[in-house]
Amino acid sequence: MRDFRRESQQMLVERFGSVVRLIHGGRVFEALSDEEIGTLVELPQKTDAPIPSPREDGRQPGAPANPASIIVVEGLVRRFDGFTAVNRISFEVRAGEIFAFLGPNGAGKSTTIKMLTTLLEPSEGRILLDGNDPACNKDAVRKSFGIVFQDPSLDDDLTALENVRYHAVLYNVPKNTREAKIEELLKLVELWDRRNALVKTYSGGMKRRLEIARGLLHHPKILFLDEPTLGLDPQTRNHIWSYIRDVNRREGMTVFFTTHYMDEAERVADRIAIIDHGAIIATGSAGELMNRTSASSLEDAFIALTGSAIREEEVSAVDRMRARRRMFRRNR
Amino acid sequence: MSAIYILWLRQVKKYFRARSRIIGALGQPLLFLVALGFGFGQVYREAGEGNYIQYLAPGIIMMSVLFTAIFSGIDLIWDRQFGFLKETMVAPVPRWQIMLGKTLGGATVASFQGLIVFLLTLIVGFRFHHALLLPLAAVFVILVAIIFTSLGVAVASRIEDMQGFQLIMNFLVMPIFFLSGALFPLEGLPEIMHYVVRVDPLTYGIDGLRAALINVSTFGLAVDLVVMVGLAFILVAIGSYLFERIQA
Repeated sequence: MRDFRRESQQMLVERFGSVVRLIHGGRVFEALSDEEIGTLVELPQKTDAPIPSPREDGRQPGAPANPASIIVVEGLVRRFDGFTAVNRISFEVRAGEIFAFLGPNGAGKSTTIKMLTTLLEPSEGRILLDGNDPACNKDAVRKSFGIVFQDPSLDDDLTALENVRYHAVLYNVPKNTREAKIEELLKLVELWDRRNALVKTYSGGMKRRLEIARGLLHHPKILFLDEPTLGLDPQTRNHIWSYIRDVNRREGMTVFFTTHYMDEAERVADRIAIIDHGAIIATGSAGELMNRTSASSLEDAFIALTGSAIREEEVSAVDRMRARRRMFRRNR
Repeated sequence: MSAIYILWLRQVKKYFRARSRIIGALGQPLLFLVALGFGFGQVYREAGEGNYIQYLAPGIIMMSVLFTAIFSGIDLIWDRQFGFLKETMVAPVPRWQIMLGKTLGGATVASFQGLIVFLLTLIVGFRFHHALLLPLAAVFVILVAIIFTSLGVAVASRIEDMQGFQLIMNFLVMPIFFLSGALFPLEGLPEIMHYVVRVDPLTYGIDGLRAALINVSTFGLAVDLVVMVGLAFILVAIGSYLFERIQA
């Protein structure tokens, strides 16, 4: 469920390709091009009730209390040689929601994603992804999600098209829709013209866009995004988020993403879990987190909850001044 | 099955794109062929063994197959370092299929390298026994390629850094090559050597290739074939087992 109340004062305009989208007062309107802007069509809204995920019988014992939870994590721990990266975290993600893991670098976000996506075995605790345990039922779990990693995971010696086709085959994207889907996604991320260029000739931002397109290719039930927009310009960021939100709304795709951008978590996520030093500090919608701490922005709520501002890798002097000014205002 | 194919295709495409690597990899076998073939040719003939190039060529073909195959494990380490391995590892494809696709890809590349060296030996003066036996020669080349690609993948599954891999591989590759009978006949060796060459899997591959190309064999075709096929199965199984345990 998106909290549109905060946005009701303003009108949000998003564009992707020629499509124009207006978000106003919690309603979403769309026109296929600028010329058709006079005939905006309202898109079906996301309902407040979580979309129940279809499940077969024979679920594993100890299924979650909330049947609509597509991700259930209980007491998850991961240690590396005496260092505890993730320390007893528990949370649930409802089917069809956009869930953000907000925290500084080194908080344990990527480690959690790795455990959720079968790349790393938990030291302790339990995970259920769409009813399956990634520790013992890897193949079933792998079918249910798509992932965009934090670090690049493309083959530089192949072209963009080859990289995407490789993915399509591994994920069994049906042949008859494969090429059309690839074209649609590559056009979305504006790489269609460069589709036959080797990926090693791409810039960092282009690679990122290609990876996001690839992650969406097989229409996963759950999409994991590990710092998906790191290093992208704001325009591309908006672009990609509006597409992801669109797929989320249209197909009920659950989105789980990590970020250390406050505005991104606030703008995109239905619910946010704040994670710091391997532990979850608080969970709730941006509005709830702000109410709980009587803060006026998510950033202030974050500071109130974790006791510190988010640790940016490259904090600019301006950012530091802003943070100081905020602290000053808060203490007054 | 399509997953095995796409993994195979990727390896093969990348190989044919790296033309400088193909040509560079021909330098060593050519040097061995010319320096040893012509250098020892005279001694060999005077010992009453005939034409040394004839004897040496199958050994050098297998040398290039061995080197290309075993070092294709490096691709796996590159994939890990550049993150591409993760993309493959989270895909809903059984690990053994990934391992098999990689192995067949590496083996295809190694076999092709063997084919090019075979053509080179023809230029240097090598003459094979009978054209009808060439498919049998190809079988031995492919078996050796599969065995040592699996070995490379198995080692690369456990070793994460490039330097460590190259160290271990050099430690393995050199004895496997020099103790295989690639360069010398297996008859009349000192007792220890007699047993050492029989432990080396490459010995049987080269013996089989000699049987097919020049109609000379120490163990006989049947023994060579059984040993090679058996080893191929065992090494693919070991490779799959170790590959299955990779944590990215």
